[in-house]
Amino acid sequence: MKTMTQVRRAARTLALASVASFAVSGALVGLAQAADKMIDQIHIIVPGGAGGGWDGTARGTGEALTKSGLVGTVSYENMSGGGGGKANAYMIENAESNGDTLMVNSTPIVIRSLTGVFPQSFRDLTLIAGTIGDYAALVVGKDSPINTMADLLAAYKADPAKVSIGGGSVPGGMDHLVAALVMEGAGVDSTQVNYIPYDAGGKAMAGLLSGEITALSTGLSEAIAMSEAGEVKVIGITSAERVPALPDAQTMKEQGIDAEFVNWRGFFGPPGLPQEKVDRYIATFKAMYDTPEWEEVRARNGWVNIFKPGDEFRTFLEAQEKSLGDLMKKLGFL
Amino acid sequence: MLEGLFMGLSTAFSFTNLLMVVGGCLIGTFIGMLPGLGPMSIIAIMIPVAVTIGDPSGALILLAGVYYGAIFGGSTSSILINAPGVASTVATAFDGYPLTRQGKAGKALTVAAIASFSGGTIGAMLLMVFAPMLATVALLFHSAEYFAMMVVGLSAIAAFAGTGQVPKALMMTVAGLMLATVGETALFNLPRFTGGIMDLQSGLAFVTLAMAMFALPEALFLVLDPKRSKSEGSGGKITDLRITRAEAKLIAPVIGRQSIQGFLIGVLPGAGATIASFLGYAVERNLAKGEEQAEFGKGSLKGLAAPEAANNAACTGSFVPLLTLGIPGSGTTAILLGALVALNVTPGPRLMVDEPAVFWSVIISMYVGNLVLLALNLPLIPYIAKVLAVPRTYLIPFILFFTLIGAYIGQNNATELLMLIGLGVIATLLRFANYPLPPLLIGFILGRMLEDNFARSMQIHGGPGFILERPMTMALLAFAVLLVVLPGLRSYRKRRVEAKKAGVADGD
Repeated sequence: MKTMTQVRRAARTLALASVASFAVSGALVGLAQAADKMIDQIHIIVPGGAGGGWDGTARGTGEALTKSGLVGTVSYENMSGGGGGKANAYMIENAESNGDTLMVNSTPIVIRSLTGVFPQSFRDLTLIAGTIGDYAALVVGKDSPINTMADLLAAYKADPAKVSIGGGSVPGGMDHLVAALVMEGAGVDSTQVNYIPYDAGGKAMAGLLSGEITALSTGLSEAIAMSEAGEVKVIGITSAERVPALPDAQTMKEQGIDAEFVNWRGFFGPPGLPQEKVDRYIATFKAMYDTPEWEEVRARNGWVNIFKPGDEFRTFLEAQEKSLGDLMKKLGFL
Repeated sequence: MLEGLFMGLSTAFSFTNLLMVVGGCLIGTFIGMLPGLGPMSIIAIMIPVAVTIGDPSGALILLAGVYYGAIFGGSTSSILINAPGVASTVATAFDGYPLTRQGKAGKALTVAAIASFSGGTIGAMLLMVFAPMLATVALLFHSAEYFAMMVVGLSAIAAFAGTGQVPKALMMTVAGLMLATVGETALFNLPRFTGGIMDLQSGLAFVTLAMAMFALPEALFLVLDPKRSKSEGSGGKITDLRITRAEAKLIAPVIGRQSIQGFLIGVLPGAGATIASFLGYAVERNLAKGEEQAEFGKGSLKGLAAPEAANNAACTGSFVPLLTLGIPGSGTTAILLGALVALNVTPGPRLMVDEPAVFWSVIISMYVGNLVLLALNLPLIPYIAKVLAVPRTYLIPFILFFTLIGAYIGQNNATELLMLIGLGVIATLLRFANYPLPPLLIGFILGRMLEDNFARSMQIHGGPGFILERPMTMALLAFAVLLVVLPGLRSYRKRRVEAKKAGVADGD
């Protein structure tokens, strides 16, 4: 295992070196040292491939941390496999040598440990902090006769099989659960949701635009651009209050539906990380929110700041595990 | 539009952006030549560089150059060592590698380069003229049609179902389809057929299977059969570089057709370069007549030109949904989308209006890029082909090394190596028993999309009724049947005519 890690490290260094040598502009060198450096280096494990949501979160956060000078260097390692289980196992097995390593993760770590996709859960790791969130949204095509949640619910009550709701995750996955959560909140039978799974969010959006599904359950950030372009209508979002990025979109609450949901993203350390190190990580992330570099990254990605450090993170995760677990039991996924 | 076009022209031909095109193409085509590193991983590595550039036009020009450069260069390992590094170059190996075995590696590389260039350039032209209109075409296909399209793609296996081989080819296809069901899919919330092995949870990796089915048995065969390795390609002299006028005439219509067909398939967000290459191969094989058709799979220039033109055109076509709708059709375009968003450019219907310089300069840079690639690749062919002149005792370990590295890099996982060797041994045994291996890979690549789209249609329409309800699905399925049945019918009729003639002769 150790030699493998070394090989990996070497490969990574090589990749970094080649990238750095190509960056002719020298922008990488001229980083302003604005804030006091709090940590020398962080290595972030991304449990999925390059270009995904986890990857974007890791690299975006890393960019803000280094550009603001809070952290010396941040390196990344994509470790896909087992729906994130492989990265979990890596964090746990190599806990002792992974003091500088963090893993990025999000709501699926809760869902997938419930369904038993992987044997570990967030309890097996050291919780650092939930850093950002994305609300969920229900979206319909621009030519759809449906304009509000009331319209959608009316159609659903008439014939639930005819109201197909697509999403970019498996049945029983996040997008499905959000749709069921909304139906639950509206007081209708959530087990009847005709959920149509796609293998990626982009393909689900294409499915909506092509008219093969009635509505789409998606992350709000993925819907904002399409909504601004007038291609889709956002009929309900799962935040407590309206979101400044899309002020016209009504919340579920406003429309009398008791459903709130946030897909959090955050960072985990290896198990048994000393408290003093945990505190330093938490303090670093806390300081990050006040930097202009973070604000730039956050704004361009449409992320929402949610800072849930340490124990607060644990309480939040336990609550989410409970509510999603109950819903999954009801839907027959557990 | 004209104003935007001029803006794009001046942006594309600025000094830094020309540098971006050349740089992107160089990086793409050379890394693309290595098996195992597809455009997706190269682009992912290049993202930080592109974002550092800061100018969205320059960044996108660079990344696009890397993308089509990688597709351009990807054919090299397929042709030379039968090791397709990305799914879209699997069909290239079908005829490219047999050509190499006949000592025509130089010619094969030349044909591939010309077909790639034409595909890319014709694709760029279509993109420039029709991009705004094609946005609606991209949304024409529902899951039902994608399912039917995968069926059409499967008909490419017919090329490997020669006389007496039909049951074997079908068995291999079914084996491929079965392998595709391993792991998590979009349709179930639990992994299937993994035997509890975590490394199988996300399914078998394409690169591992491709290396195990194609490159490894080939290398083992060379070791086990020294006579064969001596007699063929001996001395490795690459004299046959040029293509003759007759050959050019032969492949020109194939390239023309496949550039257009490939582009249109690339426009569909659920299809892409791989499907385009298989469909191109299947269609061209059916259009070819008599002996030319029998050549497919054994070293046909047409069979090489078709997938190469199609996959490059499809790669260009995939920019339509990306730029005009903001929908990524593939993993690679999804990463490109991420890079654009990181640069504060939101692709979508408004991109052409809001950022005409970005939109048009990227398209125009594609012409330049394809020219650069052609100019870069053609003179290099003799040197690249010289790889084969390396004595076998050195070449075989070299091939094995690249095969193993290719499987390892893709997943960053040592278990892949064990799977590669296990599957490779099975594949070698199958080859000894004369089972055609390409159908297995075709089945594996198309299997998952076939299943996903079929199940999705079933769920949306509440049963298999969609096949009858949707005329386009019906038409595509009928087309697939035709592609399979027609050649059989044709040869049957020919045989009957010949039998009749023979009978008459006997009577005389």
